[in-house]
Amino acid sequence: MNERHVLVVFPHPDDEAFGVSGTIAEHAQNGTPVTYACLTLGEMGRNMGVPPFANRETLPHIRKQELEEACRILGIHDLRLLGYRDKTVEFEDEEELADRIAAIVAETNPSLVITFYPGYSVHPDHDACGAAVIRALKRWPKEERPTVHCVAFAKNCEQDLGQPDVVRDVSSVIDTKLAAIRAHRSQTEGLMQAASKRGDALAWLKTERFWTYRWDD
Amino acid sequence: MQPIDTAAVQEALNRFANRDVYIHLETTNGAYASHHNEGFYSVGAYIRNACIRFTRGKITGPGPYRVGLKLDLGWVYAEGLTHWEWTEKGQLLLAGHDDQGKLAVALELSDEPFV
Repeated sequence: MNERHVLVVFPHPDDEAFGVSGTIAEHAQNGTPVTYACLTLGEMGRNMGVPPFANRETLPHIRKQELEEACRILGIHDLRLLGYRDKTVEFEDEEELADRIAAIVAETNPSLVITFYPGYSVHPDHDACGAAVIRALKRWPKEERPTVHCVAFAKNCEQDLGQPDVVRDVSSVIDTKLAAIRAHRSQTEGLMQAASKRGDALAWLKTERFWTYRWDD
Repeated sequence: MQPIDTAAVQEALNRFANRDVYIHLETTNGAYASHHNEGFYSVGAYIRNACIRFTRGKITGPGPYRVGLKLDLGWVYAEGLTHWEWTEKGQLLLAGHDDQGKLAVALELSDEPFV
């Protein structure tokens, strides 16, 4: 559990919120440094707040502030904004994207990397982000690579990948997690309202599930 | 953004006619539409910072509204527009939000490229 350094790589400012922020909070509380590389500012999000308080042009500024607040809550002191544009990650040069991520890996020397499982993460940016992380890490010899814990939620992920091999109970940091989710107000307020009406939000949020990436080389 | 005031939007459209303007045009049903509803055929398109020149721009419909911009050799069209804003930078922002407040369409005009 005690990691040297945790590197989180996601494409959108709230990608960490629901599935990973409890894990991040636990690592940070253990004194493990956490670096979060966020590829875009979620410029093309559809959620504008409930009722809408953002528009297409103010959304990136609002989401950047929300992300910074979420990082403050979670104890992430190293946030890297890579400056790509939402919905376009899959069209970037794959080697260049891997170069950017490999540079952060070389600098921070993480023992654990958290990202999306390429091919099993529904949004094209998620899959492209996960693929870029894997491409970057393959530049190291297999025995020197950090462990990679992947988030996956495609309909066929359990059928293809089996059950997640890392299942974490994050109840002890649930208040921190909820605060981090709420920090992404423009994106999460409506969802949290709906979940609270259904009454099933807490049970769902107390567990975080990961698949350890299985190298194919 | 405010609910569309057609007279105000028409006046704003007129201000951009007959000169080079930058456009952001987008439709989206979200990256998760097919994930949440398997039968749903997900589509979306956007163009950002194309430079166009239109001779006539018009807003029509009972609301949600439609906008058409007549170019020398073609058209720009958007439907489902519900809200508008005139920014401090002198940009016209038009958007259509669904019943959950989610953005479904956007049409924006600016003298300077959008950042």
